[in-house]
Amino acid sequence: MKQLVVISGKGGTGKTVLSASFAALAENAVLADVDVDASNLHLLLRPEVRERHEFFGGKKARVDEERCTACRRCLTVCRFDAISADDEGKARIDRLACEGCGLCARVCEPAAIVMEPCLSGEWFVSSTRFGPFVHARLGIAQENSGKLVTEVRKKAREIAETEGRDLLIMDGSPGIGCPVIASLSGTDLALVVTEPTPSGAHDMERIVGLARHFKIRAVCAVNKFDIHPGNAERIASWCRAEGVPLVGTVPFDAEVMACVSRGLPLVECSRGPAARSVRGIWERVREHLI
Amino acid sequence: MSRALTVAVASGKGGTGKTTVAVNLALALSAGRPVQFLDCDVEEPNARFFLAPRIEASEEVAILVPEIDESLCDRCGLCARVCAYNALAVVPQAVLVFSELCHGCGACALLCPRKAIREVPKRIGVVESGSAGPIDFRQGRLDVGQAMSPPVIRALRKTRDAARTVVIDAPPGTSCPVVESMRGSDFVLLVTEPTPFGLHDLELAAGAARELGLPRGVLINRADGGEGDARIAAFCAAEGLPVLMTIPFDRAIAEAYARGRTLVDLDAAWAGKFLDLYDALRTAAG
Repeated sequence: MKQLVVISGKGGTGKTVLSASFAALAENAVLADVDVDASNLHLLLRPEVRERHEFFGGKKARVDEERCTACRRCLTVCRFDAISADDEGKARIDRLACEGCGLCARVCEPAAIVMEPCLSGEWFVSSTRFGPFVHARLGIAQENSGKLVTEVRKKAREIAETEGRDLLIMDGSPGIGCPVIASLSGTDLALVVTEPTPSGAHDMERIVGLARHFKIRAVCAVNKFDIHPGNAERIASWCRAEGVPLVGTVPFDAEVMACVSRGLPLVECSRGPAARSVRGIWERVREHLI
Repeated sequence: MSRALTVAVASGKGGTGKTTVAVNLALALSAGRPVQFLDCDVEEPNARFFLAPRIEASEEVAILVPEIDESLCDRCGLCARVCAYNALAVVPQAVLVFSELCHGCGACALLCPRKAIREVPKRIGVVESGSAGPIDFRQGRLDVGQAMSPPVIRALRKTRDAARTVVIDAPPGTSCPVVESMRGSDFVLLVTEPTPFGLHDLELAAGAARELGLPRGVLINRADGGEGDARIAAFCAAEGLPVLMTIPFDRAIAEAYARGRTLVDLDAAWAGKFLDLYDALRTAAG
């Protein structure tokens, strides 16, 4: 089974539009949304949820006020500014700042601090008309998105193996940090989607650097290339110089947003120039996956 | 004169126009008052393409990670047991440190019974500062290959100058880096676009700002007067979120962005609109 992840560095370059189209074009794939922070692929794949699982990402400290003697030892050891003292000097935890290291609980002599598992999201196994789909929803303002990404990938791989599916298509998240690293590591191919803007070009260079760091093969596609053909050409020549294959360009096309608004993959609802380009990109991505 | 506000510009979904809004708001405000700009999207800091700052100083951001003194270590395994992040493993001959998993909490060093663990700084990024015209400009930058952006954002946020009006360009998403960027601000301006993606992620970002107890308002970018706009407006009305500004869809704006140009530079009328936005959000901030 091969694993493809669609990433970009910069947000809003068209990852989900491409991923949904690939889902529609692939014949025997498992689909996963590994952007657990702000997932969108379900809006185009319209899944029927079959299984729902709770995700406990980490622990959070809780203070038993009866036991707290206001010694403030916990305040001095916390590196995350997550503990303050209330009017009586007793410890108060900022649950959004707590990173769950548990050091406060370990140094608390009256054992007034307990570490509690924290429900930090949910993940789902769904069916779509394009195949099985694993996706998730990180709780509002929660951490451990990398762990949730790993959870989603694990389940998606499991389904691929039991059902004999030969490809896993993952819609990634923007950035280069922990959830992106969790979605990139161990994949066979990363498709980097960029746009011909200074931000798009710069972020592409950083994400290609990240892929290299983890020894993942990357290919690149330029969306809305005609917004600035000069920049698009500069991106193409950067890719040539760096040995990153360019698998296609997509023109600006109002039908892209019209299809998103209708909640359909581009290649299913349009025969316009953008949809044709995306089909071409899929063919070349497939060749790179073999 | 009224107190200078710190405004965080956030969105949930990437590519909705956070940087465009933050940059133009800062430029419009800088004509009449001292402004500071903090680019907290440290994974992909892009505001500098539009503000063209002169960077004058660069400071490394490091977290403390454990280093084992093998001559003192008896491989009792306590450090590995107390590490909540699986950053330490004890094998028969040594203790292995996986520094990329380390959050720098210090538990292993503090609790080691033989004092065999020393904490050493490990660079994860930089905070750069300089000026863009009258704007005090600062940005954080996570090193490629590093997973944890919150410490870089925290270091950047500590450079905030409360005497100035501060504009924060937040990263996309709704998890820890976003929370870290919004924390301590007076107002969260949520930038969205009238698509199902924009609406879905607006709901999440609005929730994150609510968790922090911060006043919020919405800017609809690329509005086309269609159903999408109406859906965003309906959501905002139901949530009690004021819609403070609307920027119409215009291919000329997208092309200007691609050339690294700002709206206020494209047409001077935009400066007035962004000043109106600031007045509106100041009223909404209470």
